Amino acid sequence: MRIEARPTPSHTMRYLSPLLALGLTLTTGAAIFAALGKAPLASLHAFFIEPISTVYGLSELFVKVTPLLLCATGLTLCFRAKVWNIGAEGQFVFGALIAGAVSLQLADYQGFWVLPVVIASGVLAGMAWAGIAAILLTRFRAHEILTTIMLNYIAIQLLLWSVHGPLKSPSGYNFPESELFSPQTLLPTLWGQYRVTIAILIALLMLAVVWTVLNRTLLGYQTRVMGENRQAARFAGFNGNRLIWILLLFSGGMAGMAGVSEVNGPVGQLTTNLALGYGYTAIIIVFMGRMHPLGVLLASLLLGLTYLGGENAQMTLGLPKSITGVFQGLLLFFLLACDFLISHRIVLAPIRSQPPNLSNTPVREVTRS
Amino acid sequence: MKAPTLISLGLAAALFWSAPLQAEDAPLKVGFVYVSPIGDAGWTYMHDRARQIVDKEFGDRVETNYVESVSEGSDSQRVIRNLSANGHDLIFTTSFGYMNPTIRVAQRFPNVRYEHATGYKTAENVGNYQARAYQGRYLAGMAAGAMTETDTIGYVAGFPIPEVLRGINAFTLGVREVNPDASVRVSWINSWHDPAKERESASSLIRQDADVLTMHADSPAVVQAAQDEGVYGIGYNSNMESYGPDAHLTSVMMHWEPIYREKIQAVLDGSWESKSIWYGLSEGVVKMAPMHPDIPESVTERISKHRNAIINGDREVFQGPVRNQDGEEIIAEGESLSDGQLLEINWYVEGIKGKLPN
Repeated sequence: MRIEARPTPSHTMRYLSPLLALGLTLTTGAAIFAALGKAPLASLHAFFIEPISTVYGLSELFVKVTPLLLCATGLTLCFRAKVWNIGAEGQFVFGALIAGAVSLQLADYQGFWVLPVVIASGVLAGMAWAGIAAILLTRFRAHEILTTIMLNYIAIQLLLWSVHGPLKSPSGYNFPESELFSPQTLLPTLWGQYRVTIAILIALLMLAVVWTVLNRTLLGYQTRVMGENRQAARFAGFNGNRLIWILLLFSGGMAGMAGVSEVNGPVGQLTTNLALGYGYTAIIIVFMGRMHPLGVLLASLLLGLTYLGGENAQMTLGLPKSITGVFQGLLLFFLLACDFLISHRIVLAPIRSQPPNLSNTPVREVTRS
Repeated sequence: MKAPTLISLGLAAALFWSAPLQAEDAPLKVGFVYVSPIGDAGWTYMHDRARQIVDKEFGDRVETNYVESVSEGSDSQRVIRNLSANGHDLIFTTSFGYMNPTIRVAQRFPNVRYEHATGYKTAENVGNYQARAYQGRYLAGMAAGAMTETDTIGYVAGFPIPEVLRGINAFTLGVREVNPDASVRVSWINSWHDPAKERESASSLIRQDADVLTMHADSPAVVQAAQDEGVYGIGYNSNMESYGPDAHLTSVMMHWEPIYREKIQAVLDGSWESKSIWYGLSEGVVKMAPMHPDIPESVTERISKHRNAIINGDREVFQGPVRNQDGEEIIAEGESLSDGQLLEINWYVEGIKGKLPN
């Protein structure tokens, strides 16, 4: 048995690899449960099925997925063009902060226009935050990985400062929290008692938009070409800077929307604990989802489920929280391992029976001995 | 006439209590929500230790479950709700950020009782509880003031909220009680649990001349740093002696089991009601770890004298005259701060170096 490079990357493996990884994760997970003295199948059931076996559970999955999917949707387009926006976290926080500040300002206003203004402010804030990285990249060639990461910290500090200072609730005993937002600034929920809001519909809609743009428009074509080969894109006469601006602003706006979906959704106020890493998790989701809109949707559902499963496993099986991290780690590990099979294949036939490759044979003989 | 009345009363009580208890001999299910991993030391560790103690004491009558590392954002509401829907009769939510989620869930589960730690909101079925950690801080401050040679003490702190400021102020009052020349430097880390940052801040305070350190954060990193750099350290939440055997002067320990015992018993008895309780040295919720042998006996005697005075109610920690940083008298001679004033404290006492953020 040996491993050799494939002449061209395997199309089948590209889609099979995540499934293979999922299967290996479940098998390994079952083994871990067994080693911990729990019934493997019942444990997997508690982890992956039970959390979403009720309508409430399913609605909570979408609550968890909403900000992840919004961030990931924006990043999908960016990463396709190899524009590495690592700053969704900061754009999320800044969007949440500005939307929150506007919500507090509009607390006493009624009217259909209030919510759109709140949403727009969050989206624009996310765009503005990404815009800083876009200026630095297009004008000064400062690499976006560095600038967006640093902007994350600045956004979080801004949030902390605001919540400890100007936006602190006057009736809150000096605790770093804003007032609760008034109802007209909150995103409407989809069904009465469940917490999932219309933001999930926005996320799904934007995912469809991203799919259309990628596959049906010149902009999408340029994005893909730029990702494949930046030189070629330049020779073809594409305006690289313009594309960078569009992609960064779009992903910033999506991350800003994710911020709105969280503060004007289930949280309902500004607190110091808004930066929970959604922007970073979204990066993992985009890669797990092969930068494909449908894959991104599936990956965000799966990752969201690991969080819910981890909570449920603690409650019903008494397993530690780290089990969530173990599952996420296993999934990534196996995915990366299986991805190797996209560009390589395992050949089971004995080496001798390989058809001789005349030009390479002497070299191979040398390396083998 | 008497017997039927009693019977009907008993029936009514049984009916009333069987609703939350589901079946009469089923154990009372008690849930705990933790903000960080349980680990080996710190805030959540002590809550879980208390859970284990009461779980053992009540035996078959009580079943306890917990969920750890629950973020204070939108996740907490789901966890509290799931515990409620899972048949838990009493749920302790052990971090400030769980306050609004607890209140929201409680509205939907009127038969479940909730107890929230360190907040200020209550409802018909939501009480809250808190520890007067500042009393222990004051005593720890006395030890620090006696042992510093540079007259500079370092304090690594999480967030500038009243609970933390109370601790810093009480600690400083203790320091100045035994050493009026000493001052306290505070380093803010904007986190409750960030061992790397806690350690880094500890080192930077040592470079600024501090030779006794303490902290308001969850990990023992500051005590470890004190041990490694040859200065004294004071632990918080749990006894942190094992993290710095030479450095450890004492620890201000939080023992939550008296509160958990009382609340669980109240639900079992049917006497639970929504209350705000604030327990300290007197109730055994705040305790001091054994003092370092380097601390002179005269000082430990003085500390235990103050400890007894606080327990007996002969003295308050925030007892006038107390001046703020600018030297203005905030608490006049013969007066002390009310609980309401303590809850929203937002100023530094005299003897703290540096400006309060915001």
